Amino acid sequence: MPVVKKFFEIRWHGRAGQGAKSASQMLAEAALEAGKYVQAFPEYGAERTGAPMKAFNRIGDEYIRVRSSIENPDVVVVIDDTLLSPEVVEGLSTDGVLLVNTAKDIEFVRKKTGFNGRICIVDATDIALQELKRGIPNTPILGALVRATNVVSLEALERRIEKMFGNKFAKEVVEANKRALRRGYEEVKCSE
Amino acid sequence: MQKVLEKVAITGAEAVAYAMKQIEPDVVAAYPITPQTPIVEYFAKYVADGVVKTEMIPVESEHSAMSALVGAAAAGARAMTATSANGLALMHEIVYIAASYRLPIVMPVVNRALSGPLNIHCDHSDAMAERDSGWIQLFAESNQEAYDLTILAVKLAEHEAVRLPVMVNLDGFILSHGVEPVELYPDELVKKFVGEPKPYYPLLDTDHPVTWGPIDLYDYYFEHKRQQAEAMENVKKVFPEIAKEFEETFGKRYNFVEEYRLDDADHVMIALGSTNSTIKYVVDELREEGYKVGALKIWMFRPFPKETLQRLLNGRKTVVVLDRALSFGAEAPLYEAVKSALYEVAARPLLGSYVYGLGGRDVKPEHIRKAFEDAIRGNLIADEQRYLGLRE
Repeated sequence: MPVVKKFFEIRWHGRAGQGAKSASQMLAEAALEAGKYVQAFPEYGAERTGAPMKAFNRIGDEYIRVRSSIENPDVVVVIDDTLLSPEVVEGLSTDGVLLVNTAKDIEFVRKKTGFNGRICIVDATDIALQELKRGIPNTPILGALVRATNVVSLEALERRIEKMFGNKFAKEVVEANKRALRRGYEEVKCSE
Repeated sequence: MQKVLEKVAITGAEAVAYAMKQIEPDVVAAYPITPQTPIVEYFAKYVADGVVKTEMIPVESEHSAMSALVGAAAAGARAMTATSANGLALMHEIVYIAASYRLPIVMPVVNRALSGPLNIHCDHSDAMAERDSGWIQLFAESNQEAYDLTILAVKLAEHEAVRLPVMVNLDGFILSHGVEPVELYPDELVKKFVGEPKPYYPLLDTDHPVTWGPIDLYDYYFEHKRQQAEAMENVKKVFPEIAKEFEETFGKRYNFVEEYRLDDADHVMIALGSTNSTIKYVVDELREEGYKVGALKIWMFRPFPKETLQRLLNGRKTVVVLDRALSFGAEAPLYEAVKSALYEVAARPLLGSYVYGLGGRDVKPEHIRKAFEDAIRGNLIADEQRYLGLRE
């Protein structure tokens, strides 16, 4: 985790209904349980399924006061590769990381965005389909995010999954989500 | 007993719904409207799951929601709802009636811009349209405060010297849909703090029949309005007692205003709601650069804590007021109130009025900094309305 800024900032790009808001919230919950200060907030244009939307995280060791939108994130996560364009990496410095859920390769992402920094890709939707039988890429993309940034530990997210799903769902669901998380962590590929 | 049950990362909407669950009002009548919707969804789930015994009335409009609550509260029930923007505007007629009947209804208002043009994002135009309705108006800076103030509001509304409804304002999306840490209290402590409702002249007390809502012409209307004004004044006496009890119970301190690095501040910024967080962030930055700046957050907008502001602002070099609403053809609402309060202080500061964030326009640290820099340079004109983050 970089120490230059007082807090670590993530911007999520997705389409409403794809779980960017939930993923950012889950990350905030895991980070809080790991003793961090956290924020997670969505930004909707129109609130309708399929419309492009953003979500944000701030995570730090001190209380976070600032509440404005995030313009210079440390990481950009793109949940839907049809959203890839130079716009999604706006404000992301070449020291930052661009993480994309895609079945395509790193070159494709670089071409679409023009981003010259570190690019990481993971086929989170495919992992979700295999492990959860539903194309909700939240948990594998969080696994990939942890590997790419170390913003929280994999164990913190595992504990969160156990807490979140443990009360409501069968043990198999909890285990499937943990497998999806770990596969995201293991299968993410990053450029140099 | 431990004061804090657990610290969780939740949205403002969930925090408010959780407070409502713990308060467990007798009646909730509500109509969903963005961005208040998740409050109603969470609460409806508590009802459906049997976690609360509240009678939930899914009404067909906000006008009906407030009408149902007026009936419920007059019958002796503890009654709550929540709304936003145009929903609040649709209630408007009954909002005044609730206050004039002295019904201690508590209503979280998730602040959103009034149409038109149609906009679902945050500003304070909805709350300001009700500022003269006779409701107590509290404003939360964070999800923790939205949770706390919802609990505190019940006791304030129901106090025998007050008996007035309370709006707990929280910024739409910024707080309602934003996740941040909130310390939740044990159910027993919350229930003990709010206590049992003490109805006044309840309709259901059929041994002592009363009439609610009769016509009240030039013979008594005026006296009843005078009593309402008196009840509002009483809030200023009662609120510190209730805030003290809240602090003793839950360990969080509330007051009419919050002072942030104010002691030796030459330049003071005043605002309502969540923007205070970003203001404090900028105050910290400017302090590091050696500027004597501070912030004064308004927790209670109605009744307006005039005496407190006079005491805290007398002799400052400058005071900058940020408004997230307009009053077309007059000064912005918070600025007007602050300016009027300072008319009588011995050493009046230079004043500046800044309107920001309408319709959810993002308020960035550099906007706040710009206003502070104007103040530091003495570049303020009391009769000029300026805008932050606006394309002109």
